[in-house]
Amino acid sequence: MAEVRISGLHKYYGPVHALKGLDLTVADGEFAVFVGPSGCGKSTLLRTIAGLEEQDGGEIRIGGQVVNDMRPRDRNIAMVFQNYALYPYLTVYDNIAFGLRSRKVGEAEIKKRVDDAAGMLGIAALLARFPRQLSGGQRQRVAIGRAIVRQAQLFLFDEPLSNLDAKLRDEMRGEIKRLHRNIATTMIYVTHDQVEAMTLADRIVLLREGRIEQQGSPLELFERPATGFVASFLGSPSINLIPARLVKRDKAVAVVLESGEVLELPDERARGLEGYTERAVTFGIRPQHLSRAGRGTAPSGSARITATADLIQPTGTRTYVTSRIGGVPVTAELDAHDVHEQGIVLDYAVDMSRCLLIDPATDKVI
Amino acid sequence: MRAAGTRHKRGKLVLRLAVATVVTLMFLFPVYWLFMISFKTPDEIFHAPPLWVPGKIQFSNYWVLFKDGDVIAIWNSLVVAGISSAMAMLLGTFCAYSLARFNTGGENLAMWIISQRMIPPIAVVFPIFLIYVYFGMVDTYAGLILLYTAFNLPYVIWMMRGYIVDIPLELEESALVDGCTRWQTFWRVVFPMARSGLMATAVFTFVFAWNDFLFALILTRTEVITFPVMLTHYFGGQSNFWSKIAAMSVLGTIPIFVAVTLMQRYLVRGISLGAVKG
Repeated sequence: MAEVRISGLHKYYGPVHALKGLDLTVADGEFAVFVGPSGCGKSTLLRTIAGLEEQDGGEIRIGGQVVNDMRPRDRNIAMVFQNYALYPYLTVYDNIAFGLRSRKVGEAEIKKRVDDAAGMLGIAALLARFPRQLSGGQRQRVAIGRAIVRQAQLFLFDEPLSNLDAKLRDEMRGEIKRLHRNIATTMIYVTHDQVEAMTLADRIVLLREGRIEQQGSPLELFERPATGFVASFLGSPSINLIPARLVKRDKAVAVVLESGEVLELPDERARGLEGYTERAVTFGIRPQHLSRAGRGTAPSGSARITATADLIQPTGTRTYVTSRIGGVPVTAELDAHDVHEQGIVLDYAVDMSRCLLIDPATDKVI
Repeated sequence: MRAAGTRHKRGKLVLRLAVATVVTLMFLFPVYWLFMISFKTPDEIFHAPPLWVPGKIQFSNYWVLFKDGDVIAIWNSLVVAGISSAMAMLLGTFCAYSLARFNTGGENLAMWIISQRMIPPIAVVFPIFLIYVYFGMVDTYAGLILLYTAFNLPYVIWMMRGYIVDIPLELEESALVDGCTRWQTFWRVVFPMARSGLMATAVFTFVFAWNDFLFALILTRTEVITFPVMLTHYFGGQSNFWSKIAAMSVLGTIPIFVAVTLMQRYLVRGISLGAVKG
């Protein structure tokens, strides 16, 4: 168990500035997820914490101890890799016991810990097999088992589920979350998958080009993103961003799309926007906040837009409908039975109280 | 239609087997002939028409080699080839690891190292001879071992670098995080992962040292004569000692047979591994 405290962390790869002075604290027992597009520095950050990469500036503390110049083996951490990193010439048992043997733990204790971990992960029957005889999901369990038996103070996961198929990934995601609940060790998890980030994290750290774009609880980031980048990274399907202008009409403030539609903002949402009127903004609305007008109850303060359904993608529970609004394709998440045929004209209710307004010059949410 | 197809297939198979048999016989015949000569008496060796099998298997040709003490050449070869390939493997694998994982010497060092192997040995044999004379290393085990180690090193480094690069880096990183030092990682992960490549490379370095004639001829006199050099002693001005030549050749072939047979499993895998990666 340990808190991880990072300050002013820099990392260069030749001319590439991969980490640009990161400050970050992961609390004891917390499940932190580093997420971001590829090349944002999330894996580099994790590997630097592990000691597999050397930092070029700044300080890393694990459990209060500065580990800057410590070898990976002395940091008392366990790590699960994307490709499982199982030793093909060792049995499952020996794979799980590998880290304990290099730390000279007694064989009786090793057996106890391996059996416990195997029981917890449901792989007790596989201990005598070799990795090549296992499925992808079983291999990943073995890799996790190898981390568990170490009883380390910090767990690091480097995209552990990205080699699994979708169904297995959902299943393993649940198991990792349960694992965290059971052993309550500090965990840091790297992924590019926003669903994994949202579902697993106590706290999401969203990285962009070597900097922390925003961090906070999943709902905080989803509902109150600081920038357009955060807004478009989280959520599936991703948020619709429509170029628009903010205008003052009578007493109210309204969003005017390039195609001429006027969407009035409710009063409480318009507060504090006086300085932005008569300026270009990006109007952000999540697919979930568009509904079909006249079906069900449209939330108060919603605006109306009419558009043609160009593309219909049913998922079973919900149906994604894409239309052209304000010159860009806009996706709405509707009830499965709301729309059936392509090309019909739909009346959308836009929940303006939930919309985001982004300054296109700075990408900051207004 | 179907019958014709089957017949066609069977005809193809027969043809293939026939070709394979002929080729195998062509390659095996000299070996067979060598073995047979080594068991023949001088009369039988020169018998016309040639005798396919000796009248009786007799070991006097071998006995002579033992009696005259000529078999010491096989022992010399074993010592020199064995120790030099072990040393080249050990040093070369460490160097290869350094090249593969720490990018030692940048991009071009590996190429420079293997280029050393491309120099025609005859071009350097006389400078080496003069140096050896100066240091008193002519006709010593140490001299030959040093030379073969040096000559095999580039090959070992080049081959092992390829095998090591193929080992997923995550395996080593996982070991490092799990509590291994670099050395432990090397022995517990890199070594077993590269085992096929190690064995294959070791066989080749051994064979190179075993078969070398040029350096052994020039750098040995009487004390550490190796088996290929010993063979030349049987080619006389007036007559050739065919029985001794054959017996000595058989003795010299056996270690290679043994090495290849023991390592066959690794050899096939090791060579094809290298072939894929290039």
